[in-house]
Amino acid sequence: MSAKDTVVKDRRNPLKVARGLGSSQSGVSHWWTQRVTAAALVLLGVWFVVTVLCLLHADYATAHAAVAKPWNALLLIAFVLTMFWHAVLGLQVVIEDYVHTRWKEVILLVAIKFLAVLGALASVLAVLRIALTP
Amino acid sequence: MANTQRPLSPHLQIYKRQVQMMTSIVHRATGIALAVGSVLVVGGLLHLAAGEDSFNHFKSIIGSPVGMILLVGWSWALFYHLCNGIRHLIQDAGLGYEIPQFIRSSWLSVAGSIVLTVLVWAYVMTAGGAA
Repeated sequence: MSAKDTVVKDRRNPLKVARGLGSSQSGVSHWWTQRVTAAALVLLGVWFVVTVLCLLHADYATAHAAVAKPWNALLLIAFVLTMFWHAVLGLQVVIEDYVHTRWKEVILLVAIKFLAVLGALASVLAVLRIALTP
Repeated sequence: MANTQRPLSPHLQIYKRQVQMMTSIVHRATGIALAVGSVLVVGGLLHLAAGEDSFNHFKSIIGSPVGMILLVGWSWALFYHLCNGIRHLIQDAGLGYEIPQFIRSSWLSVAGSIVLTVLVWAYVMTAGGAA
């Protein structure tokens, strides 16, 4: 096949072939969101560890009352949402890097999102139930 | 499928073992471990929401020998991912890219995570054990 044949067969603008492929998708937003959630988790994670350590040996009533405090409830919800968000972004990269069979990759990518949403919703419902129970 | 047409980086086996390489691998491993460990956070909240008996049951689980071992592992994974995560954020800002700085910050992440884990568990032990 000569170079001339190739030119005649493919009349599409090269941009048409390139668009939507390669690195021109949502990589920057993924990268940036991972960093922003990481920065948030530095603060929220340290707060969470300190809060849990303060509740060492706490009985049910003390722990319940602590989580029910408005600031603690708010920060706990922020912590679990950010944690699951960050976890999905990180696991996604790991799966994309190491799972090379396309259908397994897609199933895993969807599965971690389902599980993360369930985990986040369950945590938020639990915190709300604790915070709103007198 | 892996597209073998594109250039691939050399396989890991041909590199000499270096601390920067281990910190990177361990960062991913602890990230996966923490994602699995999020079950602990969700479980704790659900048990607390479900009432006193349920909460005491949760406390007995995490206070058991297996629970304690998991908690020590979980706390180290958290502190490592935290320390090395901060290191990565600093590097993302364009700092610390000289090779000696890179190696030094790698060891700082490792040392920091161990120091934090020891401090937290020393506090837990002096306060009379977990849960």
